[in-house]
Amino acid sequence: MKSWRLLAPYLLLLPAFIVLAAVVVVPLLLSLYSSFTPFRLTRPDSIWTFIGLRNYERLFTDWEFWVAFGRTVLLLTVALNLEMVLGLGLAVLVEKATRGQRLLRTIMMFPMMFSPVLVGFQFKFMFNDNIGLINNALQGLGLTDRAIPWLIDGTLAFIAILTAEIWSSTAVFAIFILAGLMAMPKEPVEAARVDGCTPWQTFRYVTWPYLMPFAFIAMTIRSLDIARAYDIVKIMTDGGPAKRTEILWTLIARTGYSDARMGLANAMAYIAILLSIVFTAMFFRQLAKARAQIAAEW
Amino acid sequence: MATVSLHSLVKRYGNVPVVHGIDLEVADREFIALVGPSGCGKSTTLRMIAGLEDISGGEIRIGGRKVNDLPPRSRNISMVFQSYALYPHMTVAENMGFSLKIAGKPQGEIEARVAEAAKTLGLEELLERRPSQLSGGQRQRVAMGRAIVRNPEVFLFDEPLSNLDAKLRTQMRIEIKKLHAKVNSTVIYVTHDQVEAMTLADRIVIMRDGHIEQVGTPEDVFRRPATRFVAGFIGSPPMNLQEATVEDGTLVFAGGETLPLPRQFRDKVEAGRKVVFGLRPDDLYPTGHGIHSGEETEVHEVEQAVMLTEPLGNETLVFTEFAAREWVSRMLNPKLLKPGEKVRLSFDLSQAHLFDTETGTTLRT
Ligand SMILES: Nc1ncnc2c1ncn2[C@@H]1O[C@H](COP(=O)(O)OP(=O)(O)OP(=O)(O)O)[C@@H](O)[C@H]1O
Ligand SMILES: [Mg+2]
Repeated sequence: MKSWRLLAPYLLLLPAFIVLAAVVVVPLLLSLYSSFTPFRLTRPDSIWTFIGLRNYERLFTDWEFWVAFGRTVLLLTVALNLEMVLGLGLAVLVEKATRGQRLLRTIMMFPMMFSPVLVGFQFKFMFNDNIGLINNALQGLGLTDRAIPWLIDGTLAFIAILTAEIWSSTAVFAIFILAGLMAMPKEPVEAARVDGCTPWQTFRYVTWPYLMPFAFIAMTIRSLDIARAYDIVKIMTDGGPAKRTEILWTLIARTGYSDARMGLANAMAYIAILLSIVFTAMFFRQLAKARAQIAAEW
Repeated sequence: MATVSLHSLVKRYGNVPVVHGIDLEVADREFIALVGPSGCGKSTTLRMIAGLEDISGGEIRIGGRKVNDLPPRSRNISMVFQSYALYPHMTVAENMGFSLKIAGKPQGEIEARVAEAAKTLGLEELLERRPSQLSGGQRQRVAMGRAIVRNPEVFLFDEPLSNLDAKLRTQMRIEIKKLHAKVNSTVIYVTHDQVEAMTLADRIVIMRDGHIEQVGTPEDVFRRPATRFVAGFIGSPPMNLQEATVEDGTLVFAGGETLPLPRQFRDKVEAGRKVVFGLRPDDLYPTGHGIHSGEETEVHEVEQAVMLTEPLGNETLVFTEFAAREWVSRMLNPKLLKPGEKVRLSFDLSQAHLFDTETGTTLRT
C-alpha cells in the first residue's frame, strides 16, 4: 500500500515521459547516432556501419562546410545588428506617437504574420533582375540604366537575403524594445534631464541601459532564428547560384536529401546546433548582466 | 544664487486648467514651502519651474532670466523627486557624480565633490552600492546628495520625505534645514506635511485648486490666515470653524447659541452679516487649562458636556458639542475627564477669526 502511494506520482507522470521520449529523445539520439555512421537514405543498411568520428573529421577539413558556416555567422551578425538598430528606431518612434499608437503597433507586426516562404517569394520577385520591382524602380528613377543582377551576384544576393530577413523580423526587436520603453519608469529620465543631459545623453546613459535586457531577449530569439534560417534562402536563391549564398541549413538539407548522405548531414546539423547554443549562452550571459545592472525584478 | 519669479503662470492639460495663473516672487536664498491638498497643482508648478512640464501661459524667471523655453539642463536647478528617481544601473557614487560627469568635470573634482556630499549625508559606507541595495531612507539621502553635488542656484523638492517613517522624517527634516543653512541656495519645497512646511520654510505658499490662497511666514499663515481654507488647512488639530450671523454685538449660531462678537471685530462687521467663526483648539480650553499668550485676552466661558477625550500625554484633546458641531479644545496639564462630564470651556475670543461666508476671506484688517 505504502509503496504504491510512493509510486503513484511517477506512474502518473509516465505517459508524459513516454510521449516526450518518443517524439524528442529517441529521434535526437537516433540522429546523433547516425552522425557516427555513413548512413545514406539510398542504402538503408548503411546505418549499421559505425565509423566513429569520421564524419566530423571530414567536416573539419571541408572547405565548403566552413564557408557556409562562416556565411551563416556573418548573416547572423549583420542581420542582428541592423535589426537591433532599426527595431530600436522603430520602437522609439512608435513610443513617441501620441495618437494611433495601437494601430502603429499592429502595423509594425504585419511582416511577422507572413510565412517566411511567402516572404521569400515576395522578395525573390522584387529582386528579380528583369521584372523585379527594385530594378524597375532604380531604372525608372534613372539611378541606373542596366539590370542589376541582384540574385546572381554573390554579394548582392546576400544583401537581398539580408533585406528579406530584416524586413520580416525587425519587428521582434521593435516589440521587445517598445515593451521596455513602455515599462520604463519616467522619473530617472526626468532626473537625467534636470541633471543636465541632452536628449542624446539621456538616451545613452539612462534609457539604453534600461532597454538592454529587452534587446538581449530579442537577440537570443533572433539568433536562434537566423542560425536555423532556411526557408527564405531556399526560396530566393536555394544557396546558389553556384553555392554563392549557401548557408548551413541549405547545405545540410542538400547533403541530407539531395545527396542522400544523411549521416554526414546529421553531423553538420550537430555542429550547427552547437553554434546556436554558443550564441544563446552568450546572449543569456549578457542578459543576466544587463538585468543585474538595472536591478530588474523580473 | 537666484530669485525665482512666476508671473500669471498657467498650466492646462488639454482644455482642463490645473494651475490658474499664479504669481509668486521667491527671494534669493529663500526657503519656500508649497503646501496644499492633493491635486491642487503643487507638483505641476514645481515641474514647470524645473522645465519638465510645458508652460501653457505666463512666465517663469530664474535669476531674472526668462526660462519659459529653456530645457531643464539650461536652468541650473536640481530636483529631488518624490520617488527618488535614482539611476538603477549606477552605484551611489555614480548617481551622485552623474551631473558632474555630464558637465565634463575632471574625475578628480567629481570624486572630491561626491565624497564631500557623502560625508554631509552620512553615505560614505554606501558609495559602491546600487540603489536596489539601499533602504528607503538611504535612497532618499542619495537623491539629496545627487542634488547637492551640483551646487545649483535653485533646489526643487517634491515631497522628498513622504516615503519615510516618522522618525526618519524628523531626522531628515533637520538635515535639510542644516543643508539649506550651509549651501545657501534658493529652495522650493513641496510637501503635504504642514509640520515640515512650518519648521523649514521662510515663507509658506498655500495652494488650492490651482490658486494661491496665501503666501506668508509660518507665523503669518498660522496666526493670520487670509482665508477660511488656510485657517482650516494649517494647524493640527484644525481650527474649529462654524457659521454664524452677526447681531448687535453677538454671534448667533444656527441652533440659537450665542457668543459675544470678539472685540477686534466690533466696528468692522455690520449686523446681519453672515460669517464663519474660527477658533483654534489652543484658544479653547477647559477653564484653568489653557495657554495665556500674554496678550490681552477676552475669555468667554460656556459649560459643556464632554463627548470624547484623546489623551496625548502632556495634553488632552477634549471634544465637546456646541452650536450643532463638534469642537476640539486643547487641555494642558490634563486631568481625567469622563464622557458626559460637565466642563467649563474658555473661549479666548481675542484669538478668534472671522471669515466672510461667501468669499471665505478674513474680516480682520
Ligand atoms: N498628465 C496629466 N494629464 C492630465 N491631468 C493631470 C496630469 N498630471 C496632473 N494632472 C492633474 O493636475 C492636477 C494637479 O496635479 P499635481 O500633480 O500638480 O497635484 P499635487 O498638488 O502635486 O498633488 P499631490 O499632493 O497628490 O502630489 C490634478 O488634478 C491632476 O489630476
Ligand atoms: Mg505631487
